[in-house]
Amino acid sequence: MSWTPELALILALILPLIGGVGVLALGRNPDMRETATLITAGTLVLVVIYLVQVSGQRPEIIVFELAPGLELKFKLEPLGAMFAMVASGLWIINSLYSTAYMRGNNEKNQTRFYFCFTISIAAAMGVALSGNLLTLFFFYEALSLATYPLVAHKGDAKARRGASIYLGILLTTSIGLFLPAVFAVYAFTGSTDFVAGGILAGATGPIAGSILLVLFAFGIGKAALMPVHPWLPNAMVAPTPVSALLHAVAVVKAGVFSILKTVVYIFGVDYMQTLPAADILAWIAGLSIVIASVIAMTKDNFKARLAYSTVSQLSYVTLGAMLASPAALLGAAVQIVMHAYGKITLFMAAGGVYTGAGKTEISQLNGLGRCMPITFTVFGIGALSIIGVPPFGGVWPKIFLMQGAADDGQPWMTLMLIGSTLLNIGYLLPIVIRGFSRPGSGFSPMKPGNLPALAWIAPLITAAGTVALFFAIGPLIDFLTPVFTTQRAP
Amino acid sequence: MTVGQWLPTALAAHAPVLLVAVPLILSTPAAILRTGRAGWAIALSGALLALLCAVELFLATRADGAVISYALGGWPPPFGIEFRVDGLNAALLLLLTGAAVLALIFARPSVENEINADKRSLFYSAFLVSLSGLAGVAITGDAFNLFVFLEISSIPTYALIAMGANRDRRALTSAFNYLVMGAIGATFFVIGVGFLYMATGTLNMADLARLLVDMDGDRVVRMGFAFILVGLGLKAALFPLHLWLPGAYAYAPSFVTVFLATTATKVAFYVIIRFSFDVFAIDSGFVVNALTYVVTPLAIAGMIVASAQALFQTDVRRLLAYSSVAQAGYMMLGLGMGSQAGVSAGVLHLINHALMKGVLFMALGAFAISYGVRRIENCKGLGMMMPMTASAFTLGALSLIGVPFTVGFISKFYLIQAALAQGWIFAVAAILISSVLAVFYCYRILVNLWVTPIPEGRRDLAQPTPYLILVPLVGLALANLVFGVHAAPLVDIAETAAAAAINAGTGS
Amino acid sequence: MIEIVAERFNYAVIIILMMVGLYAVIATGNLIKRLVGLSIFQTSVFLLYISIAKVFGGVPPIFDYKELVGYKIDPEVVYSNPLPHVLILTAIVVGVATLAVGLALVVRIREAYGAIEDHAIAEADYAFELEKGF
Repeated sequence: MSWTPELALILALILPLIGGVGVLALGRNPDMRETATLITAGTLVLVVIYLVQVSGQRPEIIVFELAPGLELKFKLEPLGAMFAMVASGLWIINSLYSTAYMRGNNEKNQTRFYFCFTISIAAAMGVALSGNLLTLFFFYEALSLATYPLVAHKGDAKARRGASIYLGILLTTSIGLFLPAVFAVYAFTGSTDFVAGGILAGATGPIAGSILLVLFAFGIGKAALMPVHPWLPNAMVAPTPVSALLHAVAVVKAGVFSILKTVVYIFGVDYMQTLPAADILAWIAGLSIVIASVIAMTKDNFKARLAYSTVSQLSYVTLGAMLASPAALLGAAVQIVMHAYGKITLFMAAGGVYTGAGKTEISQLNGLGRCMPITFTVFGIGALSIIGVPPFGGVWPKIFLMQGAADDGQPWMTLMLIGSTLLNIGYLLPIVIRGFSRPGSGFSPMKPGNLPALAWIAPLITAAGTVALFFAIGPLIDFLTPVFTTQRAP
Repeated sequence: MTVGQWLPTALAAHAPVLLVAVPLILSTPAAILRTGRAGWAIALSGALLALLCAVELFLATRADGAVISYALGGWPPPFGIEFRVDGLNAALLLLLTGAAVLALIFARPSVENEINADKRSLFYSAFLVSLSGLAGVAITGDAFNLFVFLEISSIPTYALIAMGANRDRRALTSAFNYLVMGAIGATFFVIGVGFLYMATGTLNMADLARLLVDMDGDRVVRMGFAFILVGLGLKAALFPLHLWLPGAYAYAPSFVTVFLATTATKVAFYVIIRFSFDVFAIDSGFVVNALTYVVTPLAIAGMIVASAQALFQTDVRRLLAYSSVAQAGYMMLGLGMGSQAGVSAGVLHLINHALMKGVLFMALGAFAISYGVRRIENCKGLGMMMPMTASAFTLGALSLIGVPFTVGFISKFYLIQAALAQGWIFAVAAILISSVLAVFYCYRILVNLWVTPIPEGRRDLAQPTPYLILVPLVGLALANLVFGVHAAPLVDIAETAAAAAINAGTGS
Repeated sequence: MIEIVAERFNYAVIIILMMVGLYAVIATGNLIKRLVGLSIFQTSVFLLYISIAKVFGGVPPIFDYKELVGYKIDPEVVYSNPLPHVLILTAIVVGVATLAVGLALVVRIREAYGAIEDHAIAEADYAFELEKGF
């Protein structure tokens, strides 16, 4: 078989599964097992880099057909390639970090952990490369199920309860709202394929289209649009690498990516403009941004604050998708990348604090930065990127979104984005400031060497990534622009 | 009548009667031989021979509108008893005999574990009688004969369920309740048939269909239909006539539960289709009204209430039994639509439900052999101890929920399509609510299987799952996947069946 | 009015028997009595069938073989319908078999529980469940 884009597409889906089998087989030897994970991740990145380069050709594969118009189908397009790149690229770094974290904290059942991790990545790849809604739905559910054991990893009552809420909300919304929406699309158009320019235009009126849009927006619970967000804070019972990769990158981004993909390829930009629900959902997304930021400020638990921050930041993507002007969509897509790098940095730093100092509450952090300067510095970089300060990548999506809002004639949205930035400053920077401030009472100086090297090297890499992305925005725009322009074709 | 698709012509010509007679005749030697192994071998060979006949009949009825009519004893219908096979019951016979063979393979280790040695051959003998009765119900074209076969299948079933008394004496009371309810159901059916006989003077179902077309407003006929529907509803455990089912499934020996869950209620369900769509033409107003205003609301209530009841069970098999009641609601919903698409979806779910419940109950049987598992808490950590069995169970559970690329998804997909074609949004909502409830009750078991750690002392009890269980179990589990991906064969069978049911009703 | 009832006297009896039987099945807690009710219920259906077989002025459908030479049946003679009798013979057999299995089950229940009253059995089951900590 010669090397073709189709083969690469299949390979990107199968590689993590093979890696998963490898992890299981090598489970008795931890070093070999981690090597298997890293090799898989490395190969996957190479394959995905190739996919990114050929994504303009839009290769597709139909694996099999259930009924006419209802297939297991994969199709490569720039948005999916971008998401696959983010997920697989950060997976390598996160694997390095997991090794340090899991060993540093003597976690149990590490083989199951790594196995489920690879399966989750496989599911995320499936979401990224899916060619129709049915395939998307299947991998979306697979992702929920595969991450469940990771969330419940500790196995105590608290972890199980958190994981139950996690799975309960995700499955209920997806089966109760997402699935009927998929069926309805199929009933209206006889197909669920992702087609440039959308397939719903002309098939349904604005009312039915609006109902569908609402079903998608809330049915894709992973996008954590309020009020279906509570699963995300509850998922924070998981070990930090899980929170870092899955609940800052793979799972939550799979959610907003699904919304973005549905809007672009099922509804189509022109049709979106005719839907009254789009404006209402944009409002809900805007409110989610502000409310979640306010809640984040009230949280003292480190990871809970980051979780609410994620809820808030995810709604940027939903907001961009609902505004559905080219600039707003571009902002939404870029936000997927930028937020991924910024938030994974924050989570890894938080995990480093836990591994190194055993601290989980923000109020306990006073002076800790003096013992762990690198960890707190990278945290600061990640925070600045999330806030949107140049020269960090996080500034771009905000600019594009503001432009998109302005294009759409919605100045209040611009105000809301500015307000959100202020709130970001309010809940992220105090952590850094506390870290470098005077030690409080009950502070015990750190013994050096407590923190494994990988636990601070990994966030350092992603922090550098946020800087690199600031300068790499040009190619990224060039890469994504065809998605939002070619769809004008009939 | 086309013959000789599979078997030699001489045998093929008599396949309909052999299918019923062979298990019935073999039940005698099975009872006389006193060793369980011999009984098992006889039962298996009986089921295999029946399966051969079913395959022959199935292949012979693939052509559009093909009907095999077999006059028993050479007395031509409508005077003699007729065995009549078309696309609908050929599929059912194949399901019935196939399930019987797989269940029997599973039976040997399971029965040796659960039934006393001196009772085993009698147990298999009773099973053969029950199988024969069910096959007779499915194949006969005579309404009164159908009642007789219904009772031939039921009476040994009561005994089979009561055999579970070794482990739990509640099997006895469950069997008794089933007996009372089953006898009332069968008697209702006979009353209904009596009314039809009064009105038409015939008992042959094809003949009845022909005569009933002109008797649309006849009150006796309507009464007959009502009695028949209620009577069969009891046998098919339609909500709210399902009260016998949870106890019977929960306390019967594992093998009996596997067999009942995959076949017994399905056969009763088939008879409902046969009467609603074939004997009584669907275009007669009262049938449509009965289906729309009685059957459909009850089906929906069953889907939701029984699923909700399943949530609160502590006994695993009881939980799945309530789930079966809910799933019967899906099938009835398909029927209640009264359209060909709806019947087709109902039949499809009938087949698919047999596939998934077969896996689930077989896996529970395997757990029971190794660890005596009855309650949900007992499942703790079994995923690590018995990975193959637990994986198969998980697959079955996912199929029950209706995850894409399992058969459960296929049947829900067609059901929803049929409901949308009818414009029944509320039905779609009910299907989805019931699916969400299914997620929760399956979740309770799966969490215990895979996530909770193995309790202390459990490890030492480890016993490998017998191969005779693993083979049918894994086979069925894979069938859940394979037909979830290549749905075309099953969909084709279901559509042929629906076409046979409806065309036979309106064409004659 | 009386004529109407008198004409349908058989049906009235059948319905009364049917209701008596069903009531007994539902209302009594004693398993044996429940089986008795079931039998009454079934018997009422037998009567239903038998009574519809009656043809006024009909004679038993028994042919003298000698009269039947040449398969000629006198068209003037009215016969009763024999088919329901045959059916009911079968149904009686079925009913007896059901009753036998039911009685056998009651015997086993009595051995296992020491009672044949519904509430006693339910109490025993409940106590058993409490004991096992369900």
